[in-house]
Amino acid sequence: MSSLPVLAPSPSPETKAFWDATADDRLLLPKCSACGTVIWYPRAICPDCHSLEIEWFEAAGTGTIYSWTVSHRGEGPYREASPYCIAYVELDEGPRVLTNIVDADLTSLAIGQRVTLAWADTGEGTKLPRFRPV
Amino acid sequence: MTIRGKAFVAGAYEHPLRVIPDRSTPQVHADVALGAVADAGLTLDDVDAYFCAGDAPGFGPMSMADYLGLKKLSYMDSTEFGGSSYVAHVGHAAAAIAAGKCSVALITLAGRPRHERAFGSRARTAPETDFESLYGLNTVSLYALAAQRHMHEYGTTSEQLAEIKVAASLHAQHNPNAFLPKPVTVEEVVESRMISDPLHLLDCCVVTDGGGALVVVSPEVAKSLSRRSVKVLGHGEATKNPDNGRVDLTYTGARWSGPRAFEEAGVSHADIDYASIYDSFTITVLETIEDLGFCAKGEGGRFVSDGGLVAPFGKLPFNTDGGGLCNNHPTNRGGITKVIEAVRQLRGEAHPEVQVPDPQIALVHGTGGSLATRMGSVTLILGQEDS
Repeated sequence: MSSLPVLAPSPSPETKAFWDATADDRLLLPKCSACGTVIWYPRAICPDCHSLEIEWFEAAGTGTIYSWTVSHRGEGPYREASPYCIAYVELDEGPRVLTNIVDADLTSLAIGQRVTLAWADTGEGTKLPRFRPV
Repeated sequence: MTIRGKAFVAGAYEHPLRVIPDRSTPQVHADVALGAVADAGLTLDDVDAYFCAGDAPGFGPMSMADYLGLKKLSYMDSTEFGGSSYVAHVGHAAAAIAAGKCSVALITLAGRPRHERAFGSRARTAPETDFESLYGLNTVSLYALAAQRHMHEYGTTSEQLAEIKVAASLHAQHNPNAFLPKPVTVEEVVESRMISDPLHLLDCCVVTDGGGALVVVSPEVAKSLSRRSVKVLGHGEATKNPDNGRVDLTYTGARWSGPRAFEEAGVSHADIDYASIYDSFTITVLETIEDLGFCAKGEGGRFVSDGGLVAPFGKLPFNTDGGGLCNNHPTNRGGITKVIEAVRQLRGEAHPEVQVPDPQIALVHGTGGSLATRMGSVTLILGQEDS
């Protein structure tokens, strides 16, 4: 089930640090230097306090499934990949991120299940953060 | 200042077709525009404000205004929330009319998703795109994630979601234009093909060509028309988004748009005789009913069971045209048909089998975008002309 399409991102000056780190299997998260909030998705402004002072730190790469679905009818590049799992994973650092769960038995997925990073190489110098059951 | 009683819906028209192979999308906009002004007893020459959203071909409101030959526009608005846009347009038109900016506002929606790619305005270059869109997301999956979490937290079941589809289908059987006019059972819904766990095929709305239009006018214009109009009493809107990584899939922006509309209208839940609730999927209805306060959070499954939504005598008669689940969801945007059916109810022009007896107040709720994630929620409260 790990034959999902690996779509490449289009890094911007705002997100380049995030995507550059993925090449080394490192999941960086932005954090507000003013209020300390972990920010998701990565951006140059803190949506909590509107500070423009943002720093990066490396996440553990583990979390739990907050919600999941198995899509039986993918669209575009995912049409041939169905069925596949889309999930919100709550990272141990707090943010709930959209992702795919790979290398999993699609009939036994559960909210609360522990997962860990499973990087997918885009072939363009970046990797897409997906997750697999621990 | 509020918009209460400052504007009236004087014209409402739903395109009768659900499959339109031989007309262009601008043509369908023209069909519904002409239908709505005729319903009001007006003409396109009377229109001085135009409202449209992302389905309108061209450049904001300008291409369609040009195509339709709207010659004296003093006010335009192309607010785009997806399917709830048109519910917002009614509120915006009422505010513009109350401020004296215009007196006859036309709102149109049309599209042919069964025949051509929608014009849709969702940008591929949104700041969230690379963090959300590379994972094979599709509309039903985003709603399915919400349903899954709601089930986990509150014990909501597939059978309870199916009750919503069943109620819509019982209404659709009386609508000769409905895309799916056949009543279905709870068993048929839960045994239909899984599209995205836990949502089945019959938890999803129909995909139809078509459209609709509305005419919103000032009290002076309404008074001059022979056709019975509907009074705009209150409007509220809100956007709910993933909230900096703290997304909560179990509730919607109706939690905020609802109280704003109720407060402006000066009415309470007990006053609502009929409700048009956006029904892109069954879960959309369930979460919305809870968030609007018709029942406690998590009690939606029980509320919709045992015919709670079935007209004319359920606790909350809803979507008496069959809604998006069975009747029509033109160009994947159900907001305008929600307003149109509420207007029919308040005019006493719904099908006799589903007409609520002498309804005074109706609520319309629109859900645009993705349920509980990035959405535009709009609540509108309408009343009889002399309410």
